[in-house]
Amino acid sequence: MTGGTAPRGGFLARLPEDGAAALLALGGDVALAAGTRLFEEGRPADRFWVLHQGTVTLSTRVPGRPEAVVETVGAGELVGWSWLVPPHLWRLAATAATAVQAREFPAAEVRDLCTREPELGRVLTLRVAEVVGRRLEATRARLLDLYAPPPGAAHPGRVP
Amino acid sequence: MSVRSATGGSGPGATVPVPYRVVRRTRQTPDTATLVVEPVDRALPRFAPGQFAMAYAFGRGEIPLSASGIGEDGRTLEHTVRAVGAVSAALHDSAPGTQIALRGPFGTAWDLARARDRDVLVVAGGIGLAPLRPLVHALLRDRSAGRSGGRLGVLVGARSPGELPFADDVEEWSARPGTHVAVTVDRPGPRWTGEVGVVTALLERAPFTPGRTAAFVCGPEVMMRAAARDLAHRGVAEDRVQVSLERTMHCGTGHCGHCQLGPLLVCRDGPVAGYDRAGPLLTYREL
Amino acid sequence: MTDSPGTERAVLDRDGLGALVRELRARGHTVVGPTVRDGAVVLDEIDSADRLPFGWGVEHEAGRYRLRPREDGAAFAHSAGPQSWKAYLHPQRLREWTADREADGRITVRAEEPARVSYAFLGVQPCDLRAIAVQDRVLGGGAYTDEGYRGRRARAFLVVAECTEPGATCFCVSMGTGPGAPGDAAYDLALTEVVDDGGHRFLVRAGSPAGAEVLAALPRRPADGATAEAAREAVADAATRMGRTMPGTDLHALMAGTLEADRWDDVASRCLTCGNCTMVCPTCFCTSTEDVGDLTGDHAERWRRWESCFDLDFSHLPGGPVRSSGRSRYRQWLTHKLGTWHDQFGSSGCVGCGRCIVWCPVGIDITEEAAALDREWSARTLPPTAPAEPGDARGRSPGRTGP
Repeated sequence: MTGGTAPRGGFLARLPEDGAAALLALGGDVALAAGTRLFEEGRPADRFWVLHQGTVTLSTRVPGRPEAVVETVGAGELVGWSWLVPPHLWRLAATAATAVQAREFPAAEVRDLCTREPELGRVLTLRVAEVVGRRLEATRARLLDLYAPPPGAAHPGRVP
Repeated sequence: MSVRSATGGSGPGATVPVPYRVVRRTRQTPDTATLVVEPVDRALPRFAPGQFAMAYAFGRGEIPLSASGIGEDGRTLEHTVRAVGAVSAALHDSAPGTQIALRGPFGTAWDLARARDRDVLVVAGGIGLAPLRPLVHALLRDRSAGRSGGRLGVLVGARSPGELPFADDVEEWSARPGTHVAVTVDRPGPRWTGEVGVVTALLERAPFTPGRTAAFVCGPEVMMRAAARDLAHRGVAEDRVQVSLERTMHCGTGHCGHCQLGPLLVCRDGPVAGYDRAGPLLTYREL
Repeated sequence: MTDSPGTERAVLDRDGLGALVRELRARGHTVVGPTVRDGAVVLDEIDSADRLPFGWGVEHEAGRYRLRPREDGAAFAHSAGPQSWKAYLHPQRLREWTADREADGRITVRAEEPARVSYAFLGVQPCDLRAIAVQDRVLGGGAYTDEGYRGRRARAFLVVAECTEPGATCFCVSMGTGPGAPGDAAYDLALTEVVDDGGHRFLVRAGSPAGAEVLAALPRRPADGATAEAAREAVADAATRMGRTMPGTDLHALMAGTLEADRWDDVASRCLTCGNCTMVCPTCFCTSTEDVGDLTGDHAERWRRWESCFDLDFSHLPGGPVRSSGRSRYRQWLTHKLGTWHDQFGSSGCVGCGRCIVWCPVGIDITEEAAALDREWSARTLPPTAPAEPGDARGRSPGRTGP
């Protein structure tokens, strides 16, 4: 019921011609088995991925609890944005929840390319901002806990 | 853009409730149950998906409840109720054999005509799946009978895996050919292997062509606004996005004034309304 | 003012008015009319025309109402009182049904049979006649009909008293609802009171077959030219003495276009959200249902009572009220009355009677609020003369589009 393979627009669609080919050339396709750890929270953010297929979980550690999954990312989407923004350290950990096909990019080279190709850099930055904005909106919506019983409910969380 | 109920008048069922018997009660989530009810004697007119009843718990009071299931015979109804107040708790606790009373059907129905031969997205947040469930049943019937083409996507967001309503139906729908079903939760448990996040994130991978898509959205208003915005951003026309509005209801017949949302009387001009009409109204605080 | 087919114009004297009350009672009507009680002209059941407020006028101002003796002895020279006819057609509280539960859990629901009272309203002013027509559409003009209302309304006999003495808070002319009764309005008899050297008399015309029948049974004389002219003049003169005027703008569009106006904060700082305006308004129709039971727990009743959109619980959802601020509740009332009523029921909800002004404890004036919104709207929709200041949250673009 999850995953899918339809990166319709996708993170890499409709990039400016100048630099698009160079960007794609910097990346390489990878296949990751389910359970593969993509990165760890707090480590240098030296890569990022655009998923073709499969699902990646973003998680954090709470001592004494199982790994806490905060969001899943699927086909067409960007995994990792900390590479673009100082201090270039991962905010969360990422794990392949299923078998994953993705294009993997080296962060430093892409940052250099963005400096050389300002239009590509501008568009890529905007696009990352869009992703971060969407995740921020989603996070705020979830912060509201909208599906919870309304405040003052007669029997919040009751078990009949 | 919505379908106005063909019923009306004033007889029993409009103002005076008609007794129904609970024949089955299914627990959906820890605070939500579905009641299967059948008329004790005479039945209300047939409900269309999206319409609601005023459901009366004896001596307690009355609340609006969308039909979450409509029997093929047109007599049996299902209502899914979350225990959040005295009346809803009494209905929620109604054991098989209990008599309740219903008025209706009231309000507008999901406009299926606007979905014919289009890709269809059904986007549900939590208990918002209840009024969409008979719609999904109708869409599946239309597709298997060859009455409508287009792909069908059902996207459901729930608080946690244990609070996913109609889990069996969702499982069954996902096995139907040509049907894309995706579920996401806010709070995964340790055994959850599915998606985590808001329901709108599921749009990214749902199979649909925005220019020829109709969407049906129900859930908390914040979720419906976000979903409708996202759909519009992706190119789905706002008049092809239908939402189900929630306001206070007392009469159901357009006479008590409680359910106003600007120009709309939600019991009469809703609950189902096109987002081209409802969207601008939802931008005003405390309208 | 035109003669309808089969109607005659006649003149009644004071005795004729007495005969009218007797005739209506003889025909089984419960006659309700204005009468003086507790320092006000109130509506009450009357058994004789003598109970009418002969010789009483009223003084209206925002937040103020006083009786005033009149030297001319007129009976219908008092504009809007604290009640309106909705108290009879759309009662403040009524039982809709009762339900009983047997020992085996079986429920029986019994519809309340409405009392078959047949009212005759004596002295319905044209603004209130329009208010009845407005409620006819709200409660009987949609897919569902309030059967109790329809029955009371269908049995009611309406005797209009055209307005010859508007108050300081009246603005029916600018709402197009008075002071005369239009020929196409639904009434049974229309009176115009004339007091001059020719005596105290009433020009009468029938507006329905039932009205013609009643009129034919009364001691009367044919309308003479002088009485007809005096009546015409009295109504025409009343039209020039309106104490208030609603702005001539498109109020429907104004309300839709000013939902975020600053004026709402201004009026909210004065409004007590007491709901008086909704109770005295002759068109306000909102109700709440109340379910009550007895101590056995096996007998239950459904009651319906007037409700006000100023009540915090009016918009209650499981999480709390949708309209928690006074600003939003006043805005709901005014935009509904003057604006969205058109969307919902095809007309304005305001008839220009001025009651909401008179019985507002702080004197909020609906015409003044509409005028202030109109000024703010006009100012904002003028072409900008300079670019908006950066950070000006209000911007320059709340155009006349509305929702």
